[in-house]
Amino acid sequence: MDNPEEEVWDIVITPRNNLLDLKLKDVWHYRDLLVLLVRRDFVAFYKQTILGPLWFFLQPLATIVLFNFVFANIAKISTGSIPPPVFYLAGTIIWNYFSDCLTKTSTVFKDNSAMLGKVYFPRLIMPLSIVLSNLIRFGVQFILFLLLMVIYGVQGFAIHPNLYLLLFPVLIVLIAALGLGLGMMISAVTTKYRDLTFVVSFAVPLLMYTTTVIYPLSVAQAKYPKYSWLIKYNPVTVVIETFRKGFLGEGSFNWSLLGFAAGATIVVVILGTIIFNRVEKNFVDTV
Amino acid sequence: MTKVIEVENLSKAYQLGDFGTGTISRDMERFWARIRGKEDPFLKIGELNDRSKKGTSDIVWSLRDLNFEVERGDAVGVIGRNGAGKSTLLKVLSRVTSPTVGKVKIKGRVASLLEVGTGFHPELTGRENIYLNGAILGMRKAEIKRKFDEIVDFAGVERYIDTPVKRYSSGMYVRLAFAVAAHLEAEILIVDEVLAVGDAEFQKKCLGKMGDVSKGEGKTVLFVSHNMGSVQQLCDKAILLTNGEIVFTGSTTATIKNYMNSSLNSKAGIETIGSLKDVFKIKSVTVNNNPLDVAVMPADDISICVKYECLKYLEGFRISFVIFKDGIRVLSIQDLEESIPIEPGYYRSDVKIQSYFLRPGTYTVAVGGHNTNHTNFSIGNVDWFFVSDISSFEVLEEWSKVYDFNNLGIINLPNTSGERLAIGSDD
Repeated sequence: MDNPEEEVWDIVITPRNNLLDLKLKDVWHYRDLLVLLVRRDFVAFYKQTILGPLWFFLQPLATIVLFNFVFANIAKISTGSIPPPVFYLAGTIIWNYFSDCLTKTSTVFKDNSAMLGKVYFPRLIMPLSIVLSNLIRFGVQFILFLLLMVIYGVQGFAIHPNLYLLLFPVLIVLIAALGLGLGMMISAVTTKYRDLTFVVSFAVPLLMYTTTVIYPLSVAQAKYPKYSWLIKYNPVTVVIETFRKGFLGEGSFNWSLLGFAAGATIVVVILGTIIFNRVEKNFVDTV
Repeated sequence: MTKVIEVENLSKAYQLGDFGTGTISRDMERFWARIRGKEDPFLKIGELNDRSKKGTSDIVWSLRDLNFEVERGDAVGVIGRNGAGKSTLLKVLSRVTSPTVGKVKIKGRVASLLEVGTGFHPELTGRENIYLNGAILGMRKAEIKRKFDEIVDFAGVERYIDTPVKRYSSGMYVRLAFAVAAHLEAEILIVDEVLAVGDAEFQKKCLGKMGDVSKGEGKTVLFVSHNMGSVQQLCDKAILLTNGEIVFTGSTTATIKNYMNSSLNSKAGIETIGSLKDVFKIKSVTVNNNPLDVAVMPADDISICVKYECLKYLEGFRISFVIFKDGIRVLSIQDLEESIPIEPGYYRSDVKIQSYFLRPGTYTVAVGGHNTNHTNFSIGNVDWFFVSDISSFEVLEEWSKVYDFNNLGIINLPNTSGERLAIGSDD
């Protein structure tokens, strides 16, 4: 006590920390790790493959071919004036990004327990790296989408990009944050109770049908006027519809709905981060 | 001296058994207690962590009320039996898990090495893994870049640096991983038994590096190991943990002595076998006046001393010392040339192995003896006792031109030499 300097401690370890202390300074210090983890995911993905990053293309391509066959040709669900493949691809790449962020984040403690149990770094780095790795994947798939758009546009199909596409960065942030936030909430529970992992593995693919990946919102509203609000207020739907509106020129969009989706996302992210922070300290003992 | 680590009332509780039935309801109860600001109801009934006894509660305290301080530049060894809480302590200090009660205050950057090669990805090359592993341990990219050559050089894997680490031999893998960790720029280094891997030469190199870090660079080292030789070599202070509590702190030698006495008393892992096992009680075994895991220089004579109590008169008896290396019986020596009668009472037997006789390496000591006054001497007709692994010592490496210990083998024949003659033709 006689020397005031003695009481300056860099790290104080206590049983419980402040829920709102997100240690963002620590995260910033470890930013190189974030970049390297993203790089690791990317490099490890195509090591020892012949097609390499091309695999990022093949998955959505196969999906839209199948969707086109089942939903456009057999079920004959209208996609408005937009050619079905472009319509599906727009929904698919956004949905994939969302679901990858969600499912991977929800098991982040379980999947990385070997590493997280042996060394300290700000745990938030791990889900952030998941979001960024998948963003690269999304970027590659987005290029595919642009290609398809140009191909159909040149052929004279009704594709009308407009100023709404300036909202694109906002949409990306929203969808990433939503997947991250929900994933972090679930991760808190899956460390102790594995049950939710199973729920996530079958529920997430099913949830796709509650968003407008394979049908336009207008069709749902016409067929089920009573229940279509469930689809309409799904933040993922809002993002997909806004994306289609901007790039393809057709989609249900209004500012208040986008505002609602943004609000919901912010709440989810904040809640998710707090829960994550709470679990992070002791998950090693329960995972 | 300034304090760099201060531990106050540190405790950590673990729940035993399976998660499942009862966990949700228990979680609810805890949650409810916390909301009302009460103490966690399940921690009150916790008990000390003694794994050999069956407890009544499924909450155990893996660490209980630890209080200690570490000063800058100290190298502190943490010793104790399996399950004493050593690793838990290091985990709490390196922030992998949090304490249940108490507080730890740390000054400076901490690098913890609880495992070698954490986060190594088999598909990535050595180069990529150095960067990734370095970043995981808290280094900035620029820092790693600056030390890159030094790391590769220390690991000695230059030729393979652009090969995926899955193609590495396990030794190379460990070398590379330790090399990264050894070059961390941190004020406090926390190391958990990572030296149990790698060959002897590399282990020595690691110990040397860690010694440099604490003595030369004034960094603080916390070191957990079962190898008393390395603790003694590296640390000047030590903490002895038993069942989650600190039972002794002090100089390394004093702490190791304490540990040895406690394990001799509790006979943990040391078992006397044979028909005379109840007649002889081993009190202590020392090598060069030190208990277990002593480091001796090649130039030192090795004197082994056993103190024991004999409870019964025997007509002919002498003590045998057996020295093993890597499970191989190197030699047996007796305290007496001939067996002679022994009266009940306390005794001490000494043997000496001359200097420069054993090559560097770790040796274990076993002690035994038999009653030889049998007219028809045959196995099954002899009363005997035997205690294996009762002590151990390490002959350190020391380079000199005369005694080149780089030669392989177990024994070193001093004062022997050959000759070489030119003989002209092959007949």
